[in-house]
Amino acid sequence: MFELLGVPPQALFGQLLLGLINGAFYALLSLGLAVIFGMLNVINFTHGAQYMMGAFGAWMLMQYVGIPYWGALLIVPVIVGATGILLERLLLSRLYHLDHLYGLLLTFGLALIIEGLFRKQYGSSGLPYTNPIPGGTNLGFMFLPWYRGWVVAFSIVVCLATWFMIEKTKLGSYLRAATENPTLVRAFGINVPRMMTLTYGFGVGLAALAGVLAAPIYSVNPIMGSNLIIVVFAVVVIGGMGSIMGSIVTGFGLGVIEGLTKVFYPEASSTVIFIIMAIVLMIRPAGLFGTQR
Amino acid sequence: MKNYDMPIFAALIALLLVAPLAVYPVFLMKVLCFALFALAFNLLVGYVGLLSFGHAMFFGFSAYISAYTVKSWGWNPEFGILAGTAVAALLGLVAGAIAIRRQGIYFAMVTLALAQMVFFFCLQAPFTGGEDGIQGVPRRALFGILDIRSDMNFYYVVLAIFAAGFLIIYRTIHSPFGQVLKAIRENEPRAISLGYKVDQYKLLAFVLSAGLTGLAGSTKAIVFQLASLTDVTWQMSGEAVLMTLVGGMGTVFGPMVGAAIIITMQNYLAGFGEYVLVIQGVIFVITVLLFRRGVVGEIAALGARLARPREETVTSPATATH
Repeated sequence: MFELLGVPPQALFGQLLLGLINGAFYALLSLGLAVIFGMLNVINFTHGAQYMMGAFGAWMLMQYVGIPYWGALLIVPVIVGATGILLERLLLSRLYHLDHLYGLLLTFGLALIIEGLFRKQYGSSGLPYTNPIPGGTNLGFMFLPWYRGWVVAFSIVVCLATWFMIEKTKLGSYLRAATENPTLVRAFGINVPRMMTLTYGFGVGLAALAGVLAAPIYSVNPIMGSNLIIVVFAVVVIGGMGSIMGSIVTGFGLGVIEGLTKVFYPEASSTVIFIIMAIVLMIRPAGLFGTQR
Repeated sequence: MKNYDMPIFAALIALLLVAPLAVYPVFLMKVLCFALFALAFNLLVGYVGLLSFGHAMFFGFSAYISAYTVKSWGWNPEFGILAGTAVAALLGLVAGAIAIRRQGIYFAMVTLALAQMVFFFCLQAPFTGGEDGIQGVPRRALFGILDIRSDMNFYYVVLAIFAAGFLIIYRTIHSPFGQVLKAIRENEPRAISLGYKVDQYKLLAFVLSAGLTGLAGSTKAIVFQLASLTDVTWQMSGEAVLMTLVGGMGTVFGPMVGAAIIITMQNYLAGFGEYVLVIQGVIFVITVLLFRRGVVGEIAALGARLARPREETVTSPATATH
């Protein structure tokens, strides 16, 4: 057995894979945050709670209705996205004329409510969710569980599809135009408020999708989102919210860096992303891919 | 309009001097510590327009410092509190230098992330006692003479600390320095064009706010003889935001009113467990949607409307009173 820098390759590649998986969640969540922020100018603090709702949605469908994972993957993002649309219409849309900070405060309050309700109902210990594709394959240098490979591959596809939709399609060009100058776009007869609503629903749906993907890996529990969302905020600050591709690359990259830190210096693995954030802020305050606004 | 701040403050202190006759002093001390925390937080959000979502790092970390120096090094409580305050100010200098590089929403996210880093540090560092925290911090005689083992005695010390903190903040926001801070809040590019080194003002305000938050945190550690992870969590940062929002951002008395309301509520709802979180969330949502000026801000706006019945009173939440 050969060793790399004194670390057995099994451990190294195992952590690398874990890092990629974390990176997949960072990418999906920061992508949703970036899309919402671009259009609504709101930092969606509820994002973590909505990710948690996605995981719970999958668990509930399995538990109460008997719908398996693959069904949940389709249904849950739509349902949670619809709750997002409701929130946007009923509450969030009342704050657009105010300072952006109020949007942050409102969504923070909503996150507390959702998390509190789930904690009341299901307690804070995790609920198990069966792995839909058990087993795996030995690649020689590491063991690859099928499900983890699926998460990485599928999230890359979703990220690229989102990028394609926003950067390369007609709908995406409306979206980008409305981000730049909503008044002018409205003058062309495009219903910008409805686009904002749908954008929020879409971003929330992405968070829920990440939640469904996470359910078989992490135990489903009410606080899974709030711990993750703060890291995702740091990811967003590092990447800057100006570019869709930037969010994706930063998300995966930081996941891998975190995984490597777990191998070489485990004590810093929970703080490494925050340290990188501090360094990036000192050198490039707007973020790696961002533009100061 | 005539300024009634000082008479109101004097009346408040008079009330607080006799309050322990009717109310449990430990509860009052808790309210005073959180009121100072919220006042210090409000200095940033209300007068510089910087929403910090990470003030728990100063509150909780200073509590650890004060508890550790008093318990393990055998320092007197006054030095423990001073050490906690100084370390919080120092931490504020570092965190502030990083955070003021972004504005608005990014500032909130950066402070939140930095506070989470401090949380993980406190979780792992050997001196904080991990999940247990630092328990059984002794209440040694203050200055070597004043016995603070009695809650009644210590209450008046905490009241004095609170009053001093309030006066420092009041003096700051009414000084030329405070006027520049308000100018930055209202129009930063203009303040820059007038030649003010905006970043230095922001950083100084941040350090001051962090230090006073540290004063509140390290005092609380002595009051409860405990420093724990709870005080460093993001939920604690959220509580400071909630108290200030409910009381009235950018008002002189709002944060302490908000702190009194929220702490009282937590006290009565303690039996409801997880619902406390839900209720706090609901208060957040209702306040943001309906009473953005907060309790004190709404009262001040009402007073202004009564004083000038014919005029339109348009006051932004942050400028309701000074």
